[in-house]
Amino acid sequence: MIDVLIPVIYIAIFPGFVFLGIYSTIIQWVDRKLTAIMHNRVGPPIYQPIADFIKLISKEVIIPDNADVLMFKSLPYVAIASIIVSILMIPVYSNNAIIKFQGDIIVVLYLLTIPTATFFLAGWSSTSPYSTIGSMRVMTQLFGYEIPLFLSVAGPCIIAGSWSVSDIAKFFTEHPSYIFLNIPALISALLASQGKLERVPFDAPHAKNEVVGGQFTEYSGRLLALFLLSIDIEMIVLAAFINAVFLGGVFKFSGFLGFIIFIIKTFFVCLVFVLFKVAMARVRVDQVVKFSWKYLVSLSIFQIFLNLYIKLN
Amino acid sequence: MAKKPLRILPHAIKHLTKEPATAKYPFEKAKVYPNFRGRIVFDSEKCIGCKMCMRVCPAKAIEIVLSSEQPTPQTGPDGNPIPAKKKFDCIMNLDRCVYCAQCVDICPKKALKSSQDFELAQLKREKLKLHYK
Amino acid sequence: MSKMQIPLGPQHPALKEPENFMLVLDGEMILDATVNLGYNHRGVEKAAENRNYIQDIYLIERICGICSHSHVSCYINAVEEIAKVEVPQRAKAIRTIVAELERIHSHLLWLGVAAFELGYDTLFMYTWRDREQVLDCLELLTGNRVHYGINTIGGVRRDITKEQADEILKKIKYLHERTSYYVGVVTEEPTFLARTQNVGKLPKDIALELNAVGPTARASGIEIDVRKDEPYFIYDQLDFKVITYHSEDVFGRAVVRVLEVIESIKIIEQILKNLPEGPISVKVGWKIGPGEAVFRYEAPRGEDIHYVKANGTEYPERVKVRAPTLANFQSLPYCLKNGYLADAVITIAAIDPCMSCTDRAVVYDIKKGKKEIFDWEELRKYSIEFYRKKGVKFS
Repeated sequence: MIDVLIPVIYIAIFPGFVFLGIYSTIIQWVDRKLTAIMHNRVGPPIYQPIADFIKLISKEVIIPDNADVLMFKSLPYVAIASIIVSILMIPVYSNNAIIKFQGDIIVVLYLLTIPTATFFLAGWSSTSPYSTIGSMRVMTQLFGYEIPLFLSVAGPCIIAGSWSVSDIAKFFTEHPSYIFLNIPALISALLASQGKLERVPFDAPHAKNEVVGGQFTEYSGRLLALFLLSIDIEMIVLAAFINAVFLGGVFKFSGFLGFIIFIIKTFFVCLVFVLFKVAMARVRVDQVVKFSWKYLVSLSIFQIFLNLYIKLN
Repeated sequence: MAKKPLRILPHAIKHLTKEPATAKYPFEKAKVYPNFRGRIVFDSEKCIGCKMCMRVCPAKAIEIVLSSEQPTPQTGPDGNPIPAKKKFDCIMNLDRCVYCAQCVDICPKKALKSSQDFELAQLKREKLKLHYK
Repeated sequence: MSKMQIPLGPQHPALKEPENFMLVLDGEMILDATVNLGYNHRGVEKAAENRNYIQDIYLIERICGICSHSHVSCYINAVEEIAKVEVPQRAKAIRTIVAELERIHSHLLWLGVAAFELGYDTLFMYTWRDREQVLDCLELLTGNRVHYGINTIGGVRRDITKEQADEILKKIKYLHERTSYYVGVVTEEPTFLARTQNVGKLPKDIALELNAVGPTARASGIEIDVRKDEPYFIYDQLDFKVITYHSEDVFGRAVVRVLEVIESIKIIEQILKNLPEGPISVKVGWKIGPGEAVFRYEAPRGEDIHYVKANGTEYPERVKVRAPTLANFQSLPYCLKNGYLADAVITIAAIDPCMSCTDRAVVYDIKKGKKEIFDWEELRKYSIEFYRKKGVKFS
């Protein structure tokens, strides 16, 4: 009986749905409040993200006539499910994740691409003009930031000599000076994550001023609440992933102290995301692709060659 | 022109230590300057009933009517009554007034004045029709 | 990918006022654009014929919230020209101060709105916070933050005291440093430059042919400004430059507007340092004698034209308003073609549309294929017939 209960606790409570839900609410509040203070205004009180979520759940779901009903209704659940499974392979309270095997870094990246595919299908199955434009923009941006993200993760894999997230975190814990050598790949991964989360400057797909809601135009009620929750949870998972691969995870600590270190380090990574959002304007979709291929890919490839050189000497 | 990425970021970070620029209305009173054109106030002692204010009002918001109680005429030294100055009331429709203060400018006896009162919202329509006596 | 026709408006998060653009899209490129107006028509020109000249001041003021002083000054100058009245110098100086303050207000508001359309919320919040200083100046001088009501036929209604002049100079100095900072941000931030350069291009010869006015034309290199071509108020005694820019795109329009704010600040400082003495108004009778006049004025958005015809009674016979946005709309379909959908919104925002100034009613009869402009009696008869056929009874 206990054997069946423990995986359920891992998926549903810690570090699964409930923990991620609460932490993402707090991080969303910090994001909005810090942005507001930097804009010289007051900002929302702490219960605002929970109030938004509860309000959205209580509203009616309206489905367009021409939409594909099964896909329309089931896509938000697919998005949340894939993100929750991916946190099981990222070290949270110690440098051993709950599931680890060689090659799990590829599985994590694959699971984090599934939400983007669900956004595209959500816009496509809505069959309204603004949703179609939004979903086309999602796919165009995907060609921009996925490649730099994958390539910049390959750098630490080469120098650590393994394809498992937990092993890379342990490698950087033992040789902390190598963290500074991987800074180009860190910058490239941070900017690519900003594009993956569809935040300013890369939020062209659901830009309010141009395409009214992008891929989310026809969504309402609890389906929209789950989609927005999935974006917030993805922010925490990406912060934890970047922390484990580039910054050494939770170092040598474990248990409750390791958990505290994890919270502090992911908090600082999310702060960098907030600073990007405040400082820049929205960039057009074709300019995103040009910028990524000119700067981010070259940074990542430079990092790969540097790591190969260090490894072979 | 030179391009500087993240141009506005240093300035934005400086605001983390400053007070917000939002005024905490309605918990603090709003600041109005002395010249502000708020609700119009009527002094019936000075009004002579020429109705010039009704002629210039762009919104037909002001109405001068004869008061229902007129002052009693006084008797002069030779026993004849001196005709008393007639008393006028002013009916002001706050929902029509645009607060332009043109009636204030044109009144020859300065019987109308602008106050600084601007919080005039009510829940019932009848309360917006003020009758100054 | 086949062609798709999407409507931008009349209700859209990007537009401040209702207007409709039908865009034909191929992927993200715009192939064709059609402009449909008329959602904000209120019958102001007809209503002006039933009110006397003083009541008309407040009606014309409410044509637009941001350019209210421009419309009133233009109308009053036309009426004063018919009545052959000479306005004292001090009144003209006060009118100029309020006009330049209004120009600063309108351009700062535009900069915030353009930043919002581009997703640049930080600049939007900062410019609208600084705009509060201008609104405080105007409340200090005139008694209200919008719809100032400082003009009357024959002069102005309120005078400036020494303390008010000092307070205005202090606030203007603060605005000067803030605007210089915004010039730096607009010309150096890479994401802003990437979104506004080479977008919505309007070459100089096409701008002349399509009759663009105001900052839209000045950004294409055409040097027109009513304040220099036919000076009114006291502009012929002042020293200021007309700002033009050579790039014909949205970036040029942004730079022209921000630099014009700095020119307006310098004009206000010049006037406040030597204000002419004298009375602030002259008395004008109720009846304005027969005659007609046209007056041109440089509103923040361009050239504003008013035509007034008087026939000796207390009521005007005809008032006609040609707002600057109506002239700038002709150049929009040209700017929108062969651009991206993402650029459509900032191109529309760059001409600074003010729909409340613009609408007139034109009826297009598809069956007969001809256009006619309805006047009041025909429109009333047409609408009564229309509803009677539907079965609605009029008492």
